[in-house]
Amino acid sequence: MSQTITEKILARAAGQNSVKPGENIWVNTDILLTHDICGPGTIEVFKREFGINAKVWDPEKVIIIPDHYIYTKDEKAQRNINSLRKFVKEQGLKYYYDPGTPTYKGVCHVALPQEGHVRPGEVIFGTDSHTCTHGALGAFATGIGNTDAGFVMGTGKLLIKVPPTLRFNLNGKLPAYVTGKDIILRIIGDIGVDGANYCAMEFRGTAIEQLNIEERMTICNMAIEAGGKNGIIEPDDKTLDYIRARTKKSFEVVKSDPNAKISKDFNYDVSSFVPCVAQPHLPSNYAPAKDKGNVKLDSAYIGSCTGGKITDFIMAAKIIKGHKVRINTYLVPATEKVAEGLATEMIDGKSLASIFEEAGCLEIAQPSCAACLGGPIDTFGRTSGKEIVISTTNRNFVGRMGSKDAPIYLASPLTVAASAIEGKITDPRKFM
Amino acid sequence: MGNDNSIIIGKVYILDDNIDTDLIIPAEYLNLVPTIPDEYRKLGSYALSGLPNNYARFIKDWQVTSEYSVIVAGKNFGCGSSREHAVTALAAAGIKAVVAESYARIFFRNAVATGELYPMESEKTLRNAFKLGTQIEVNTNKGTITDIASQKVFKLKPLGAVGPVVAAGGIFGYARATGMISKKK
Ligand code: SF4
Repeated sequence: MSQTITEKILARAAGQNSVKPGENIWVNTDILLTHDICGPGTIEVFKREFGINAKVWDPEKVIIIPDHYIYTKDEKAQRNINSLRKFVKEQGLKYYYDPGTPTYKGVCHVALPQEGHVRPGEVIFGTDSHTCTHGALGAFATGIGNTDAGFVMGTGKLLIKVPPTLRFNLNGKLPAYVTGKDIILRIIGDIGVDGANYCAMEFRGTAIEQLNIEERMTICNMAIEAGGKNGIIEPDDKTLDYIRARTKKSFEVVKSDPNAKISKDFNYDVSSFVPCVAQPHLPSNYAPAKDKGNVKLDSAYIGSCTGGKITDFIMAAKIIKGHKVRINTYLVPATEKVAEGLATEMIDGKSLASIFEEAGCLEIAQPSCAACLGGPIDTFGRTSGKEIVISTTNRNFVGRMGSKDAPIYLASPLTVAASAIEGKITDPRKFM
Repeated sequence: MGNDNSIIIGKVYILDDNIDTDLIIPAEYLNLVPTIPDEYRKLGSYALSGLPNNYARFIKDWQVTSEYSVIVAGKNFGCGSSREHAVTALAAAGIKAVVAESYARIFFRNAVATGELYPMESEKTLRNAFKLGTQIEVNTNKGTITDIASQKVFKLKPLGAVGPVVAAGGIFGYARATGMISKKK
């Protein structure tokens, strides 16, 4: 039977030859990811249900990456990290990246692939909705709640319903000013914030082939903003090079069968795409950046699992180089490795860090989720009052970055950088 | 949650389409751990505190729970984050069922997996069928919501494949009942 990549991965994980959309199946988990805000609750569910002396099903497959509330004086946030430390020690977990030590990484969805934990064909559950990011490397990856995660922790299994697949065929020559972010914002604008509810979103076509791995991650990262169960891209040579540079573990590449049954096809020619924003307060509020030039801004934010990777900062730096920013410009590298890259990546002999410094951006923050989700009151970059912000993050819900009264525009690193220079929403082509 | 809780009587609170998890429980309260009883109550006291100020207060000043027992909402309820805190906060505030036109899947799944509240779907939007505070009765077995004063009855969709999971009290109860994992000692 012909199947999609998502169905094939799930069938293998369920020990079946094939699966059909709508079928409820128990699947085996390859990786369970958790972090500091959902980890402690997950651990308590696990202990409540399996006993205080219970052991996780596989200490090499439970990966804990604290990232949300790291640089805060909030006592409960610190208590939560301490409870993770205690659990890791007691269970002998192999992969834990401890804040305040050299093993600390930063935002889990950038750290997980960076450290070689994402492999094609595998099943990844994470206690975070943006776990769908990892489909960019050909894995099935989706977000779950604490109770389901507590169940996985004890059994390595989870009952899931096989999602139908929506296929996005993205072809044509990709203009230099169109990024992964512009592609996904355009798609969400077209199908709406529930347009892919409980569907697999499979992205393919010559435009996807042209994108580097981090840009593909940006696209899959935001599948959840259309309600998608998972985002997924078939592995190609770029994927395999990326993975082989990071892990020695073996894996099996899975691809969609040519005649696989698709619930719906969406065809796009990306050469017609333009730099865009998602206006407040939904990621589906699409508008071309050039039509929003009358929107004055108070701040610009470059960071998060969506827009705080090294290639995001390279894009922003190319625009900002030689200019001054007019508004507060926050830079939050997703991981320590991205932070290192800011010092070592050069454009015309200048490091990204010095380009941003000369442009008058605020001092580069320490890697974490920071203001992407608001967070405790002392969080770096947290919005206040009626501040209007343009951001490379993924959600512009009311209050998402802190203040309920602060409207958020989502955009690519190119558009955010151009807008920071002008102090109003600006199409990056002005600086290209 | 079992058949004995299949009838819910109380006041209704009305919400729009696309009520996201940041509105339900703003991220600044995610330092609270839902399994700690004291913090469970606190989460409840912050339920829906992210709503813009033009909404009626869900929880009155100096109260920790809500006077409402059921939420009637539009499409895509609970979109956004996978935070189970969203389901927990509503349940801790006293919400026993949500009746929405549709759900974001993770919220729906968390409601089912935890057994904390019934995620019911209406056949069409019921946002204009009731006023804020209307006394209603939800019968989760029969799949109805009734305006008690007028005795007007509206059909709800059956829970379908997740019905047995909800009836077993969540994913753990279901897995134990079906022999997937061993009984709790
Ligand atoms: S960076 Fe933002 S979206 Fe990504 S995991 Fe952190 S809070 Fe979530």
